[in-house]
Amino acid sequence: MIGWRSTWSIYTRELTRFLRTAFQSVLAPVLTTSLYFIVFGAAIGGRMPDLGGVDYGAFIIPGLLMLTLLGETTSNSSFGIYMPRFTGTIYELLSAPVGVAETLIGFVGAAMTKSLILAAIILVTARLFVDYSIAHPILAVIYIMLVAAAFSLFGFILGIWADNFEKLGIIPLLFLTPLTFLGGTFYSIDMLPAPWDTIALANPIVYLVSGLRWTFYGSSDVNIWISFGITFAFLAACVGVIAFIFRTGWRLRA
Amino acid sequence: MSEPILDIAGLSKVYPGGLKALDNVDLTIRKGEIFALLGPNGAGKTTLIGAVCGLVRPSSGTIRAFGHDMGREWRQARRRIGLVPQELATDMFEPVMRAVSYSRGLFGLAPDPARIEEILRSLSLGDKRDERIMALSGGMKRRVLIAKALAHEPDLLFLDEPTAGVDVELRKGMWRIVDEMRDRGTTIILTTHYIEEAELMADRVGVIAKGRLLMVDEKDAMMARLGRTEAHITLARPLGALPPSLAQYPVELEEGGASLCYRGGDGTGRGKAEVAEITKALIAAGIDYTGIDVRESSLEEIFVSLLGEEERAA
Ligand SMILES: Nc1ncnc2c1ncn2[C@@H]1O[C@H](COP(=O)(O)OP(=O)(O)OP(=O)(O)O)[C@@H](O)[C@H]1O
Ligand SMILES: [Mg+2]
Repeated sequence: MIGWRSTWSIYTRELTRFLRTAFQSVLAPVLTTSLYFIVFGAAIGGRMPDLGGVDYGAFIIPGLLMLTLLGETTSNSSFGIYMPRFTGTIYELLSAPVGVAETLIGFVGAAMTKSLILAAIILVTARLFVDYSIAHPILAVIYIMLVAAAFSLFGFILGIWADNFEKLGIIPLLFLTPLTFLGGTFYSIDMLPAPWDTIALANPIVYLVSGLRWTFYGSSDVNIWISFGITFAFLAACVGVIAFIFRTGWRLRA
Repeated sequence: MSEPILDIAGLSKVYPGGLKALDNVDLTIRKGEIFALLGPNGAGKTTLIGAVCGLVRPSSGTIRAFGHDMGREWRQARRRIGLVPQELATDMFEPVMRAVSYSRGLFGLAPDPARIEEILRSLSLGDKRDERIMALSGGMKRRVLIAKALAHEPDLLFLDEPTAGVDVELRKGMWRIVDEMRDRGTTIILTTHYIEEAELMADRVGVIAKGRLLMVDEKDAMMARLGRTEAHITLARPLGALPPSLAQYPVELEEGGASLCYRGGDGTGRGKAEVAEITKALIAAGIDYTGIDVRESSLEEIFVSLLGEEERAA
């Protein structure tokens, strides 16, 4: 039994918070994407060969998308639950007749929605710089939604785990961003010399970037189904952790 | 006795650090009453409220609200419970009306702007509905929190120090609001440091210290049981000995016979009546006096003496 009114209230409130900073929320990704295209697409890309038959400028689009998606989704979602804990307004949520389902669909749904809006903005911005077409648009949308869901859940866990602002920022800074940069955002891992091409496969982000790249251009470093499988496994693990958090009240209830 | 709306049995809470904030608390709250929880800082008042409202996980004991076990049927129960926390915690950027509407939705009720407006007006926030919460004064913010707690029309309301940091005028306004809620049939449990407040508003009072509920009683009964009248009558001329006509009263001479002191009665006014009789007896005995000072002990003194007994017992 899910309280849909409660869920809707949480969801719309989170989105309203997002719209309060709409200008910044839209401008930041447009600006970063443009900068990446100017530097990597135009300046460096001109001297790069096509990768797997794809122009370098187009090649980096899925990587860029993943870079922004992972960072923004994680931070949006973690802030969404961390701030009420920090300011104390979480008391209302904890005393309300809402459980794990309402909270997750509300908070994580809102974080996902923001991420999808963001993805659309990035794709439109990229179109201004390079010509590209998407080979499997439906799979691409499904894949983006899946990744957004998984990292919204991940961010949610971070926001509950963190007990100060430093911890909130440390995981994205120390793990997410480096792994994304090393995860084939701007290159194909074939380009790495041995043994780095094998070591790179230990980086889970490689599978995410590669999966998205496959939905765009039909070719990638690793098999698409492995990418889907890993994303699903990550999502399931996050759901498991969150279920545990709610059952025990860890970091939520004193 | 009317049906219990809240039934707490054997409730204990040990915080992770090992601190026992609640120690085997039993408490039954009746429908429609105003119950004041009195206790010094750190007594466990907020912890007790938190345990009922789902903010604190009890270490042991059971809580039943409206016949629902809070451990299992918390959804049904929480829908009917409202909480105004001790700390001012609100989303500062949110306009008042939206914040209060959100609370209503969060508790699963359909939007009802007219009802929300009514709640805001009853809290004198009608003209602040579109204001951001950060633009309000502290007292107004507290009333926004009350409005949020009332938005889902709870039958049981917790007010954790509703008048802390609120000026006299506002405090009176708060008392009026509580009165109105009582008239509408809402059961209210409040905590306070102002004993005057408990004396004025509550039907029953519970005294808590170090996690133990020391005493729960009707306010009037508590006053009657523990209340005292103290009177000092300043005599025109010092007396060497008490006149025999006063022998039946609990009086004694003080300050070398210059003052007659009465300590007795209970919280029902018997003491005042006896003081009146004593003055008549003094006149009848031809003893002149120049001043009378009569004082009723308050809940405050009862409270302090109870805590003192507890300390000595410990
Ligand atoms: N989250 C917590 N973790 C550990 N100890 C806590 C926690 N919350 C409260 N305590 C401790 O439990 C005891 C009771 O605290 P509580 O807040 O219930 O007191 P109170 O009666 O509401 O006090 P006050 O009148 O100051 O609001 C205190 O000693 C406090 O330090
Ligand atoms: Mg308190």
